[in-house]
Amino acid sequence: MYLGKVIGTVVATRRYRDLDGYRFLVVQPLTKLLKPRGIPVVAVDTVQSGPGDIVYLEASREASQALLEPFVPVDDAIVGIVDSVDIAPEVDQ
Amino acid sequence: MKIARVVGTVVSTVKHPSYHGLKLYVVQPVDEHGRDFDQTFLAVDMVQSGVGDLVLVINEGNGARQIFNKPILPIRSVIVGVVDEIDIEENVGSTSGAAP
Repeated sequence: MYLGKVIGTVVATRRYRDLDGYRFLVVQPLTKLLKPRGIPVVAVDTVQSGPGDIVYLEASREASQALLEPFVPVDDAIVGIVDSVDIAPEVDQ
Repeated sequence: MKIARVVGTVVSTVKHPSYHGLKLYVVQPVDEHGRDFDQTFLAVDMVQSGVGDLVLVINEGNGARQIFNKPILPIRSVIVGVVDEIDIEENVGSTSGAAP
């Protein structure tokens, strides 16, 4: 599970049929200090998040288990919107 | 399982139903001497650990599903233990290419 920031949306009309009906959002993974880390991914949204939201995501098979159908072929799913991240001071050098 | 230090907490009210009622931590993987290694990630706490604790974290869905006793569960990273102590046999880990 990792932190991310929703930075955009993806429209993909030609896609695998089981993916119909799901919103694809572009998410920039973040470090614990909410700095960008690596390159953006495209994730399915399960909590009505939108651009600008700080979220957290689950990856691999468990991402598909965040969705209603037994199996939808996704490997990144937004599973929550972050209210705050509090990092203990002594580790925040 | 990874050894990791709990370095922060994540507060979240709007979330997937499977996460309701669960404590969410930011954890930093560490080596056997407690030195930071690789990137932080998030994990759900199942053993009442706290910030600063050294913990054991699984990162695998099947284990998580058995812990939560649910056939379908969008959770992979779970804190399953709080480390009291780590004892490393110093000469065993020598770099002289001895048999592992």
